[in-house]
Amino acid sequence: MESSFGSVLNSTTAAAPASRASLAEAIVRRKTRWGEWLVERGIFIVSLSAILMIFLIFIFVGREAVPVALGQTNNARSQKAVAAADIPKLSPEKLAAYLGVTLADLKGFDAATVKQLVELKGQELQEISNPDANLNTTGWGMMLLPCRWHGYDKAEYIWQPVSEIPKFNMVPLIIGSLKATLVALLLSIPLGVGAAIYVSQLAKPAVRELVKPTIEMLAGIPSVVLGFFGLIVLASMLQAVFGYESRLNAFVAGVALGLTVIPIIFTISEDALSSVPKAYIHAALALGASPWKTAWQVVLPAAVPGVFAACVLGFGRAIGETMVVLMASGNASIVSASIFDSCRTLTASIAAELAEVVFGGHHYRILFLLGALLFAVTFLTNILGDVVVHRLKLKLEGKH
Amino acid sequence: MPLRRKGIDWQSLIFTGATGLMTFSVVAMVALILGNIAWNGAAQMSLHFIIGGTKEGMFDTAQAGVFPMIFGTLALVVLMTLCVLPIGVITAIYLSEYARSTHAVTRVIRGAINNLAGVPSIVFGLFGLGFFVQFVGGGIDKIFCGGELTYGKPALIWAAATMAVLTLPVVIVATEEALRAVPQGLREGSMALGATKLETIRKVVLPQATPGIITGAILAVGRGAGEVAPIMFTGAAYYLAHLPAHLSDQFMNLGYHVFVLSTQSPDIERTKPILFGTVLVLLVLTFLLNSAGVIVRAKIRARARHAHG
Repeated sequence: MESSFGSVLNSTTAAAPASRASLAEAIVRRKTRWGEWLVERGIFIVSLSAILMIFLIFIFVGREAVPVALGQTNNARSQKAVAAADIPKLSPEKLAAYLGVTLADLKGFDAATVKQLVELKGQELQEISNPDANLNTTGWGMMLLPCRWHGYDKAEYIWQPVSEIPKFNMVPLIIGSLKATLVALLLSIPLGVGAAIYVSQLAKPAVRELVKPTIEMLAGIPSVVLGFFGLIVLASMLQAVFGYESRLNAFVAGVALGLTVIPIIFTISEDALSSVPKAYIHAALALGASPWKTAWQVVLPAAVPGVFAACVLGFGRAIGETMVVLMASGNASIVSASIFDSCRTLTASIAAELAEVVFGGHHYRILFLLGALLFAVTFLTNILGDVVVHRLKLKLEGKH
Repeated sequence: MPLRRKGIDWQSLIFTGATGLMTFSVVAMVALILGNIAWNGAAQMSLHFIIGGTKEGMFDTAQAGVFPMIFGTLALVVLMTLCVLPIGVITAIYLSEYARSTHAVTRVIRGAINNLAGVPSIVFGLFGLGFFVQFVGGGIDKIFCGGELTYGKPALIWAAATMAVLTLPVVIVATEEALRAVPQGLREGSMALGATKLETIRKVVLPQATPGIITGAILAVGRGAGEVAPIMFTGAAYYLAHLPAHLSDQFMNLGYHVFVLSTQSPDIERTKPILFGTVLVLLVLTFLLNSAGVIVRAKIRARARHAHG
């Protein structure tokens, strides 16, 4: 992550060598070599692979989610019973769908069999006791709005994909993701930005040489290890300190998640702060400002877009992180405002449930829909972050 | 009048102290995590743990081993590197040697690379399942295997392919940086001697940039060895009695094993030592790779600064 940012920041420096290279090219120009031309075309085509991959991710994650997103799915288990007398009024297609048989089968039945099947179906429908079976729980309304389920006294948001009546309301998951992300950002923004200011403006070079590799090391710790640390060590430690009830909750997950976000926020902020021209700093110091005043009132305001981009990208990383929240959040899909309650995030739901779903079923498609949602959110935050960093770079280099 | 000498500058002291404290607490947290894991994990280390299998009992402290997971992880990253390195290096060559930085196509390619680096790892898992396992694997089964289920299921090759997509930005960025660090004068010299652009790249630029390309590969391997979410549905197995022998086999993996041990264990207190041991092995593996990558990269950066004056 931080390294890809480096490339954005460096990309503007390429212009000068390229023009020199084209001059050199002009001098040594000679007859076209077709073999080389072909290889160079090949290089160009391969270099488009990153675009192709983004495109494929978009297509293949979206493809599975499309029927649900367009409202073409229906998991209502019962329809209105059809009286035997009404059989001739129905088209064969509708009748086949109603009985759950294929059109070819239906044509093979004689009238008496069809009548018997319709009566049986009618009885079957009467036997379903739960009135919620009539609901199509895969529609957008049911996925986003609260619903008063049979046996509940008020409308609630419920994610319960494996039950007699599967309930696919995403709101608990979105709230869970936002809760864990909020805790993570509240921890990592002050620490990351504070450390970036200290390391880039105030600290001695020796401190810098110690801190930067340490944070690179933190970035190199696999997220499953941080999830493990949150689950086994941090959870007990924090519970002893804060004394809350459920051992695994949004707070523990958020703290562990913060550890994965700190390197991103630190690296990008530090990059932005360090690229503020030295002339600004020298001018401020010459006017009698102390180093901290220079850092706070001159360098930080100049680099604010970069710090903002760091926070945006940190958000994108936190909301997309899987293993940490899967292991440390407790995974109960509760809607509550307290960060000390267990929470279930979008990513953790996908990870925990995808292995057990029927391929191509409703639940499967809804999990892909959640994935598409995550992809869209991180796509937007990435673009926003990129644009902000790019503009800042141009501004600080004086090329508006 | 002499310059007025101020007393203690409290604001300065507080501000510097606060930011310093934040820096210190981040460093302290890293030290705490690593120290805790090293301390607890070291107790479990033994030759049997490293080279032993899981046949005698996955959850038994005295008998469990992690060799199948180490083997699976290494097989995964080797295959991944074979997939990602050619594509990543060629893309980097295009970006550094051919692309004009202001051109629209170049900006779109860079945008795609940055975006790819930010896609959540679980989305890669979904993509791997939807694209590699079902579309590509299912297609191979239909065409070559006569409909028999061989490649259309989670497999080592699909996990490696998914991981290759995930690590593509790492390889591209590191390689491009290395290519840019090659002094422009070398290219001009080569061309002045009559070499074509492609000959220059192949015989002058690439040999100079080899350490950087290796760095990219090492960093990608470090990343690939630790990621779990993308391989959960594309090939990693909870438990296997045999090592994977074929590309279409499933495999065990260190990171996934950490997840399994910490969430599926029947008695977490009893399996804790194995868990810490496995985490330590995973950390040592990724850190060795990462620090090797970081050191080589720092040297390249120093050379780049030197080359560009």
